[in-house]
Amino acid sequence: MIRIEARDTQSLAWNLGLPVISATLALLLAAIPLTLAGAPIGESYFYMFMGVFGSKFAFSEMLTRATPLIFTGLAAALAFRAKLWNIGAEGQLYLGAMAAAAIGTGVFDVSGIILIPTIIVFGCAAGAIGMIVPAALKIRFDADEVVTTLLLNFIIVIFLQYMLEGPLKDPMGLGWPQSSPIMDQGMLPKVMERMRIHYGIFIALLCAAVAQFMLIRSVWGFKLRAVGENMHAARHAGLPINSSLLTVAAISGALAGLAGVSEVAGLKGYLTADLSPGFGYTGIVVAMLAGLSPAGVVIAALFIASVFVGADSMSRAMGVSSYLADLVVSAALLCVLLGGFLTKYKIISVASQSGSSR
Amino acid sequence: MIEILQILLSESFWSASLRIATPLIFGVLGALLCEKSGVLNLGIEGIFVVGAMVGWMAVWLGAGLWGGVLAAALAGALFGLLHGILTVPLGLSQHVSGLAITLFASSLSYFSYRTALPTVSSPPRIDPFQPLDIPILTNLPFLGPVLFQQTALTFLSLFCVLLVWYVLNKTALGVAIKAVGDNPNSVDAQGLSVYGLRISAVMAGSALMALGGAFLTMSAFDAFFFGMVNGRGWICIALVIFASWRPGKALLGAILFGAFDALQVRLQTEVGAFVPSQVFLAAPYLLSIFALVIAARRAEYPRALLTPWFKGQR
Repeated sequence: MIRIEARDTQSLAWNLGLPVISATLALLLAAIPLTLAGAPIGESYFYMFMGVFGSKFAFSEMLTRATPLIFTGLAAALAFRAKLWNIGAEGQLYLGAMAAAAIGTGVFDVSGIILIPTIIVFGCAAGAIGMIVPAALKIRFDADEVVTTLLLNFIIVIFLQYMLEGPLKDPMGLGWPQSSPIMDQGMLPKVMERMRIHYGIFIALLCAAVAQFMLIRSVWGFKLRAVGENMHAARHAGLPINSSLLTVAAISGALAGLAGVSEVAGLKGYLTADLSPGFGYTGIVVAMLAGLSPAGVVIAALFIASVFVGADSMSRAMGVSSYLADLVVSAALLCVLLGGFLTKYKIISVASQSGSSR
Repeated sequence: MIEILQILLSESFWSASLRIATPLIFGVLGALLCEKSGVLNLGIEGIFVVGAMVGWMAVWLGAGLWGGVLAAALAGALFGLLHGILTVPLGLSQHVSGLAITLFASSLSYFSYRTALPTVSSPPRIDPFQPLDIPILTNLPFLGPVLFQQTALTFLSLFCVLLVWYVLNKTALGVAIKAVGDNPNSVDAQGLSVYGLRISAVMAGSALMALGGAFLTMSAFDAFFFGMVNGRGWICIALVIFASWRPGKALLGAILFGAFDALQVRLQTEVGAFVPSQVFLAAPYLLSIFALVIAARRAEYPRALLTPWFKGQR
C-alpha cells in the first residue's frame, strides 16, 4: 500500500532544484524520439548545444528568441498568481503587434523619442484590453476565462488576417498580406551590429524586475497573492476582489501586448500573420517552469529559448523534424508538474499485513 | 429573408449541419463525461489532434477504417489515463495538466507524422468512410437524405449520445459517476473507488474526444493536415456549459452550432461581396463565447468539479 501525505515544510533547495531537474529530464527524454527518428544521439545533442553556445551569433539568437517568452511568461505568471487563467497571451500578443503596426508605420511622423514610447503605450493598451474583456465577462457573467481567452485567440488571429488584407496592408507589399514597415525611428535599437538582438530584451528584463519587486514587496502584490491563494478569505478580509482581478488582467494583457510590440518594432520591422510560433502558449510553460516567480521567468525563458534555437539548428543538421522542440518543451511542463507534486507531498509505503508474512 | 428560409428548409443544409456537428458531438460528450466525474479535461484540443493523426495513420498503414477508429479511441484513452493520473490521485491543477496534455499530445502527433513522412509535400490520402446507403430508409422524405447521406461515424456519434445518456441516467455506474463529481466522500463511504471511477470516466471521455478528431481525417477529409482541429476542442468545452451537462442538450447544442456554421457558409456566397469573409470565419468562436456568457450564470456545475479528493482526508 502506498499513501500520499502532505509535507510539513517545503524545502527551498527542492523548489529551486525542481525546475532544473525537470528541464534536464525533458532534454534527456528527447533521446527517445531522436532514436525513433533514427538520429545519432550524441551528435544530435552536440548540434543542439552548438546551436546555442557555438558562436556569438548563435547565443544572440537565443536571447532574441527569449525576449518574447519573458513577456508572455510574465503575463502568465502574474495572472496565474491571482488564479486568473489567462490562456489568451497569443491573442493579446497580436493585439499589441497590430497596435505597433498601426502607430509605427506613418500615422505620426515624429522623432523616435516620442514615437517609440507611443508605440509601447498603445501596444500595452491593446494587449490590456484583450484581457480586460474576458476578465470582465468572468466577473459579470461567470464566463470561464479559460474558454473565453482560448476562443479569443482564434478570433484575434482572424481579425489580424482581415487587418493585413485591408487597413494595415502594405500597398507596396506585392499582394502579400503584411503591414507596411515600421518607420526607422520607431524601431527599437539593435544591441549589436549584424545581430538581430534588440533593446526589447532590456525592456523585458526591466518588466521582470519590476514585477518581482511589486509582487513581493508592494501592497498590490500582497492583494494579488491573497486573491490567488484564497479568494473567499480575501473577500472576507474586505479586499476588493474584482478590482484586483481587473488590474492583474490589464497588466497581464499589457505584458503579452509588449511581446507583440517587441517582435514587430524590435525584430521583424513589419507585421505578418505568422509573427508568433505560439509564444503565447509557450509563455504558460515558461511561467510554470518558473514556479510563477517573475525572476524565475527570465531563467525559464532562456532555457526554453535555448531548446527552440538549439533544436532548430540540430533539426537542420540532422534532418529531424523541428517539432522535437515543442515536444521537449511540453515534456518539461509535464515533468515540472510531476516534480511539483513531489515537493508538496511525499509518498509513503505503508507496510500491509500480508506483506510481512514471508 | 426568403433566401435564408429556403436554405433552412433544404435537405442539403441540414445534412451539412449534422456533418459539421459530428466531431463536436463526440467532443462535447467526452468533455461532459469527464466533467460529470469532477475532472475538467483541457487536454481535449490535443486529444482531437491525436485522434485525427492516429486514426488516419492506422488506416494508412493498412489497419482498415474500423481499425483506425479503434486505434484513435485507444490513443485518446491513453492520454486520458495520463490526465487522470496527474489530476486524480496526484490532485494536480486540472487547468495546467490539461493544457500540458494538449501541448504534449499535439506536438507528439505532429512530430510522429513528420518523422513517419519526412519528405511528402502533399499529404497522402486514404479511402475515407462513405455515406451509408440504406435501402428504403434513404427514400424517406426529408429525413432520408439528411440522415442517410452521413457516414457510419455520424451514426456512431448519435449512438454515443444515447449510450452516454443511458449510462448516466439509467445505470448504477452512472449514478456513481455523477456522485463522484458532486460529492466524492459519499462515494468513498459506500466503498467505491473515487480514483477508479474518475480515471475511468476521464479515459472514456478522452476516447470519445479522439473519435471526434478521427472523424476529421477519416470522414470529413481523407488526410491529416497541421492545424486541422482549429479550436474545435475549446468550442466543445464552451458547449458543455451551454448544454448544462446533459447529453440531449449537448446533441442539440452541437447541431445548432453545426447549423449556424452551415448557414454562414451559405450566407457567405449570398452576401460575401458586402461583408468581409473573416466575419464568417470568426462567427463560430464568437457564437461559443456568446453561448458561454448567456449560459454560465445558471449553469449547474458538478459540485466537485476542479476539486481534488484525497483518500483519508475529509
